[in-house]
Amino acid sequence: MAVVSTDTSAAVRAPRTTRARPLRSLHRGEHLWAALLLTPYSIGLLAFILIPTLAAMVLSFTNWDLLGSLQWIGFQNYVDLFTSGEFWQVVGNTAYYTLVAVPLSIAIGLGLAALLNRGTRGMHVFRSMLFLPVTVPVVASGLLWSWMMAPDYGVINYVLSFLGIPHQQWLTGIHSAMPSIILVGVWRGVGLNIVLFLAALQGVDRAVIEAASLDGAGPFRIFLRLVIPLITPTLFFSAIIGLISSFQVFDQTYIMTQGGPDNQTMTLIYYIYLQGFTFLHMGYASAISTIFTLIVFGLTLIAIRYQRLWVYYTEEG
Amino acid sequence: MAMTIDARSSAPTRRKKVRGPQLAADVVSYIVLIVATIVFVAPMLWMLAASFMPLSQTTQYPPRLIPHPFTLDAYRTIFANYPFGVFLLNSFLISMITTLGSLVACCLSAFALSRLRFKGREVMFLSVIVTLIVPFAARMIPIFIGMRSIGWINTWLPVIVPIVLGNAYGIFLLRQFFMNIPRELDEAAALDGSSVWTILWRIYVPLSLPALASLAVITFVNTWNELLVPLIFINNPELMPVSVGIAQLKGQASASWSWLMAGAVLSVVPLFLLYVFAQKYVVRGMTLNAGK
Repeated sequence: MAVVSTDTSAAVRAPRTTRARPLRSLHRGEHLWAALLLTPYSIGLLAFILIPTLAAMVLSFTNWDLLGSLQWIGFQNYVDLFTSGEFWQVVGNTAYYTLVAVPLSIAIGLGLAALLNRGTRGMHVFRSMLFLPVTVPVVASGLLWSWMMAPDYGVINYVLSFLGIPHQQWLTGIHSAMPSIILVGVWRGVGLNIVLFLAALQGVDRAVIEAASLDGAGPFRIFLRLVIPLITPTLFFSAIIGLISSFQVFDQTYIMTQGGPDNQTMTLIYYIYLQGFTFLHMGYASAISTIFTLIVFGLTLIAIRYQRLWVYYTEEG
Repeated sequence: MAMTIDARSSAPTRRKKVRGPQLAADVVSYIVLIVATIVFVAPMLWMLAASFMPLSQTTQYPPRLIPHPFTLDAYRTIFANYPFGVFLLNSFLISMITTLGSLVACCLSAFALSRLRFKGREVMFLSVIVTLIVPFAARMIPIFIGMRSIGWINTWLPVIVPIVLGNAYGIFLLRQFFMNIPRELDEAAALDGSSVWTILWRIYVPLSLPALASLAVITFVNTWNELLVPLIFINNPELMPVSVGIAQLKGQASASWSWLMAGAVLSVVPLFLLYVFAQKYVVRGMTLNAGK
């Protein structure tokens, strides 16, 4: 049986390049073949990645509105951004989403995966069911939850009313809008973590656990001190993926709140979209894009650089 | 660490005598799992039920789960008054073309990056990793301007071409897979006089069918789910995929919840079927992917 085995954590850790075995050139015209085979990707890389990234940087120094003439305005867009309360609010919102959604998805995913790993009967059925929301497109989940969160007739307020909780304005409340958006993201994302973590937990050597158990360690202690460290590479992988995708959150806010109320759920991508495609502030939107690129890139590098502090790799390579 | 995503389960721990605390832990564990499963699955059933409700029932308080009377009005409306059939067909075609194109393009790049030696190979692979990290949205302004200047707005090209030509995830996935194929195979073939082209399509591709299936599934699902890209480039309803179509419907004050839920159900069905019939590949593709 073929098993897809990817070196994911290693690749995230450091883009290692696997050296080709030193052997005589097997294929005639290897360079030519390489150039030929890489032509589609090279075009894509140039046209949709390198040039646009540079173009965003250049545009960020202009005040182009897509229609009129283009004027060079130096660092004005950046000055405007950094002195605008709105921009910092948007950065704060995105950080809020990420700092809550990513740890929450990991914690819930790990908890449920651990329960499934106890030799639970019907484990496959539970796992399949818990994975189901992953198959619901974000647009559809956003609609579904918008309806369930409706203040007057939503099922969530109805269920909570049994606990004596008064009706909440989930998506229009200043303090509840972002948590509501996060809830949808977590609902839809946890299934992936469960599957990932369960696979990792099943890979933990039973003998190690039994040895610790014989030494008198309780199940919680074993889980915290032994099992979690052993699966940190998977946790790290999930955290990086979660970080990158949380920074791009757009669909939920577009469908559920349009960034409101009072910009409470305005995220970076939504802000770029709004500035660029609603207000046609191409220069300003490009400045945000450039900062966004730097933030994502910087955070990923920092995460990779400092993973040694908490990620344990039992086998190298 | 080589992480193996596989649907196999390890044999459950053999239970010795079930002691009191053990039993209590089991009971708590099952209760938590059952509650979690209800929380995760009930909203989907709720969505399905709502799509069969008459308009007034979706805003009724207290809410009722069972459609009463059961009606197909919502489906009839979104097919008759809105081009939902066209939306679904568009999504299907866009996703299929993107998937097939990606498979071919990724095979080519992955083979070059895993098996051919040439100058700049490391740099090219590094670019794949960087592309994986920095999202499309950071480049959407210049890409939009570029697409506009070559007249690609209101076509499927801006949705399809960048993914096909720059599917970093696919290249990464296939490269990892190709590297695990024993070199002896292509050495033997090369000695027999096979060209690189033949080796790729006759040896590597047939041996990589599981990875290609996962890649196909994940590309299809991601393309089907994509909202932002088609939202920017396509505003002609005849060309819209279902994600944008539903979002537009949501924007109309007159749209009722049962219509929206019917649209949502229709957008889930193909992915749901894919999950039921190709669960292994969906789970693999998605867990490897996660960060598109």
